[in-house]
Amino acid sequence: MSEMRRVTAICNGTVVDHIPSGKALQVMQMLGVNVGRSNPISLVMNVPSGKVGRKDVLKIEDRELTQSELDRLALIAPNASVAIIRNYSVAEKREIELGKELVNIARCSFWNCITQNDREPLPHKLRVVSSEPLEVRCAYCGRAQDMEELAGSVI
Amino acid sequence: MRDLITMDDLSNDEIIEILDSAERLLPVAMGEIYAPLLQGKVLGNLFFENSTRTRMSFESAMKRLGGEVVNLSSVGSSVAKGETLYDTMQMVDGYSDIAVIRHPRQGAAQYSADAVEIPILNAGDGAGNHPTQTMLDLFTIRQAHGTLEDLNIVLVGDLRFGRTTHSLSHALVRFGTKLTLVSPETLRMPNEIVRDLQSHGVDVTETEDLASTITEADVIYMTRIQKERFPDEDEYAKVAGVYKMTAEDLSGAKSNMIVMHPLPRVNEIHPSVDETAHACYFKQAFNGVPTRMALLCRSLGVDVPKEVGE
Ligand SMILES: [Zn+2]
Repeated sequence: MSEMRRVTAICNGTVVDHIPSGKALQVMQMLGVNVGRSNPISLVMNVPSGKVGRKDVLKIEDRELTQSELDRLALIAPNASVAIIRNYSVAEKREIELGKELVNIARCSFWNCITQNDREPLPHKLRVVSSEPLEVRCAYCGRAQDMEELAGSVI
Repeated sequence: MRDLITMDDLSNDEIIEILDSAERLLPVAMGEIYAPLLQGKVLGNLFFENSTRTRMSFESAMKRLGGEVVNLSSVGSSVAKGETLYDTMQMVDGYSDIAVIRHPRQGAAQYSADAVEIPILNAGDGAGNHPTQTMLDLFTIRQAHGTLEDLNIVLVGDLRFGRTTHSLSHALVRFGTKLTLVSPETLRMPNEIVRDLQSHGVDVTETEDLASTITEADVIYMTRIQKERFPDEDEYAKVAGVYKMTAEDLSGAKSNMIVMHPLPRVNEIHPSVDETAHACYFKQAFNGVPTRMALLCRSLGVDVPKEVGE
């Protein structure tokens, strides 16, 4: 209960819990949370946690993340749990859903892929071929993506 | 629409159906019968990199069926001026009913298919797929042996980078074909591909010794070792010309064994082989025409009649 209280200690907003340790900054980047001109943000990093060993927690005040924004996190924090906070209590819980396709979330890392030309207008598309373990392939060139590399090439 | 981007787009039944259509179209491909099945249709031939053989065989296929062809010449065109593939495809969409694309970048064919309404046939995208080559190879094998099943197929040469052999072997194991892979140690087929082939429950044997495979083979598929794949001259020199087949080498072969090659050859098949009954590579090249005819008809939704030309 004390754990939960610590996590929910914002008035209104979104709490993203159970982020793999060290990935919180990347999560912020993927959510387009701009440090310079954004709502108040609290970051808790490397908290001991039974579920994933150590975890990061991200709290964003006065902003409710939508499901489609959250689904972007499937690549780096597929097991994160999300709570929408209203008036200091959990109003809604959301799960991150891994769809069949990741559209404009990350770019294919293969050097000779057609999508390497930035001027090509069609969206970057990755197909999810397996979720456990997570395996994604570029929908155009078909190359299997290295997950570490992919997390670094989010759009 | 009915695109053909990779062999995965076709089920085994569809493959057989297309090979059957191609067989019925053989006399049309040879110019013996005129069957204008694609009259009034226009094919856009988009070769962003050179491949004379493939381009001409598509052109011949379309024209033999009464259709027209418009060619993209990339030199000096808007493409050379930096036009995106997307924009080029929008133009082609207006000019033609179907397009064949060959492009140096991998994924270009699927990208084009997503960009336009007309059907797209992939004629090679970078190191990616070249399914019409695989289809003509299957056609040639079936023509010689009457089946794709229970054959022993020997693939020789650069099995590491060669997309032709990767794609063909993936297709063959779907029909239960036994594979023997012959290459120098440095040009072995990538492990993940070999494992994938074995997962179909077929025998896959690897060796460096071509001579030991000849007597058991139903098909020997030779490929050239490409200089441009190697970082330096020395590495290339080590493996260049390791496999040179002569007519004499084939003395112990089965009488109906065929030698195939995607051409052009360098020195891996000696001209003396041309004189033997085993030589099948020129026929194989010609088979591009009936096979591509069948694929054009399929993508354009035109049925090939049971009796062509009647
Ligand atoms: Zn790609």
